[in-house]
Amino acid sequence: MSAPILWIAIPLAAAALLLIPRDERITAIAGSLFSALLALTAWLLPIDSVYTLGALVLKLSPSFEILGRRLSLTAADQPLLALIYGAAAVWFAASASLDLSRRLAPLGLGLTALLVASLAVEPFLYAALLIEMAVLFAVPMLTTPGQAPGRGALRFLIFQTFAMPFILFSGWLLAGIEANPGDMALVLQAAILLGLGFTFLLALFPFSTWIPLLAGEAPPYLAGFIFWTFPTAGLLFLTGFLERYTWLRTASALPTVLAFAGVLMVAAGGILAAFQRHLGRIMAYAVMVETGISLLALSLNTLTGAGLFLALFAPRLISLAAWSYALTVLRQQAPGLEFRQVKGLGRAWPYASIGVTLAGLALVGLPLLAGFPIRQALAEALARSASGTIGWIFLGSLGLTIAIVRTLAALAMAPDGTNWEARESQPQKIILGIGWALLALLGLFPQWVTLVMDRLPVVFQHLGQ
Amino acid sequence: MLNILNWIAVLLLLASGAGLLLSRDWRWNLGLLAAQYLGVFWLTYAHWPIAMASVKLVTGWMACAALGMTQVGLAEPASGETAWPQSRLFRVAAAGLVWTTSLALAFQTSAWLGINLPVAWGSLLLMGMGMLILGLTAQPLRIVIGLLTLLAGFEILYAAVETSALVAALLAAITLGLALAGAYLINAGTPEETE
Repeated sequence: MSAPILWIAIPLAAAALLLIPRDERITAIAGSLFSALLALTAWLLPIDSVYTLGALVLKLSPSFEILGRRLSLTAADQPLLALIYGAAAVWFAASASLDLSRRLAPLGLGLTALLVASLAVEPFLYAALLIEMAVLFAVPMLTTPGQAPGRGALRFLIFQTFAMPFILFSGWLLAGIEANPGDMALVLQAAILLGLGFTFLLALFPFSTWIPLLAGEAPPYLAGFIFWTFPTAGLLFLTGFLERYTWLRTASALPTVLAFAGVLMVAAGGILAAFQRHLGRIMAYAVMVETGISLLALSLNTLTGAGLFLALFAPRLISLAAWSYALTVLRQQAPGLEFRQVKGLGRAWPYASIGVTLAGLALVGLPLLAGFPIRQALAEALARSASGTIGWIFLGSLGLTIAIVRTLAALAMAPDGTNWEARESQPQKIILGIGWALLALLGLFPQWVTLVMDRLPVVFQHLGQ
Repeated sequence: MLNILNWIAVLLLLASGAGLLLSRDWRWNLGLLAAQYLGVFWLTYAHWPIAMASVKLVTGWMACAALGMTQVGLAEPASGETAWPQSRLFRVAAAGLVWTTSLALAFQTSAWLGINLPVAWGSLLLMGMGMLILGLTAQPLRIVIGLLTLLAGFEILYAAVETSALVAALLAAITLGLALAGAYLINAGTPEETE
């Protein structure tokens, strides 16, 4: 058997099988256990080694030929596979208590497998095609049967589709540059096309309008899954480009371009968040800020920057999952997520309300919470190399903090005499409790992140060198 | 002779593109989209073997069929467009702008990539028309038609520089996937039947 069969073809088949069960819990448990199993095998099972199971001899070969091209997953990719499928297991496990697993698990597993395929395909620029296929998988997830599709879902489809032609064509130009590195006109053309492609793919400002729209119309947990999956895939794809093309990695303008895009995202996301009155849209703008922070980490163009870029994934995953989960719990009780609609809900739904606040503050980088250690390290590194960006990060964080304080105020604003109670179901309380605990523990013991993330830089051997 | 046929294909694309922009009837739209894929097939055939080029035609027509079958079961939309402006004169003027701009760019593209002028123009024309359709509508069906038109234009150009069978297969899968996603989006807006 080959690694691409194990981590791409089998999950795709399993995704189809997950459409069969009609019970939310069965779908969630099956999807989550299967993803966890894939993560565990990625962590423990070496590729290209021989295993003996009784009389059975197995060897996991790294590549698989398809239509004259290769899908290749090597030992260096395994930590990333473990992260991707581990994250999917987390998302699917919690979805049962929200009655969303039949929408999330089958399509989510399918699109996760396609995103893994995008990491494995050679030549790697074909990844743009596989990411587009993953986008198509996401469309039914974001549309509620019986309701007209919202503008967010349509814009998501349009903007993500726009990315593909630009990236594919720039890939063709990049191949030309490898053959003729001195052709500056070609370099400029490729850089412009690549920049446009990643602007759409990463939903960089001003092409980020689908993010808040989607957060306003789709169930927050599903929107959260999309906000975790696609920006992560896009960022990994971008690092893939930087890893493979030396001229791009060493271009003198690269740190400036990445820093500019990062600052724009952080400032725009933070400032716009401060003026929002919808809890889902605040989360959406926080996602924009997070994309900007990742770009700023990449802009350092050092090993430290690459390490921080990767280390940002764990707190982001936990914060987004906890935030979107808590928002969905609130959304199921309120007619909407506008401030006026959730006013005072904190008294009756305290677990979810604390979850929203803690997750938001963790993404802002509040001390003692999950996001703080990495943000602190990033701010220190940026202060040494690009001190001008610090003010913008502060502005973005301030905007987000204002938004979260306003959220807290709205949730706490119950009429006098309202009693405190906890109406969340038992599974919801447990999941939210685990979320809080992880947000606090990762803040108190950041070395736990590095235990997992230390293996990740193997994937990017050249980045920052 | 081949070049004359290429120009005929471009004329077909010009007519179908304008028709897609002006017509509000979904039957006409899907018929014009199907005709458009005939032109796409012919212009792709300039660079690909006929077996691979015909994949574009077959998948394009399959996409039209999927969208058509979805529309057949639905009630006629009340008034069509919700986006402005609805004037036909504006649309014709916008289409004219796309035609002339794409022709101007086609000369440079043709020289840059070393491809025939009709191939370059056909490709850029479809990309422009696709973007124009996307900019003027908020209906799922027309958005999918716009995206399919945009991608069809890109596929013509990309066929000139890339001949991989895997790319052809993935692009075909994306065309079909877009049509299926469109069918889902169109259906999603209709109330579910109760037994």
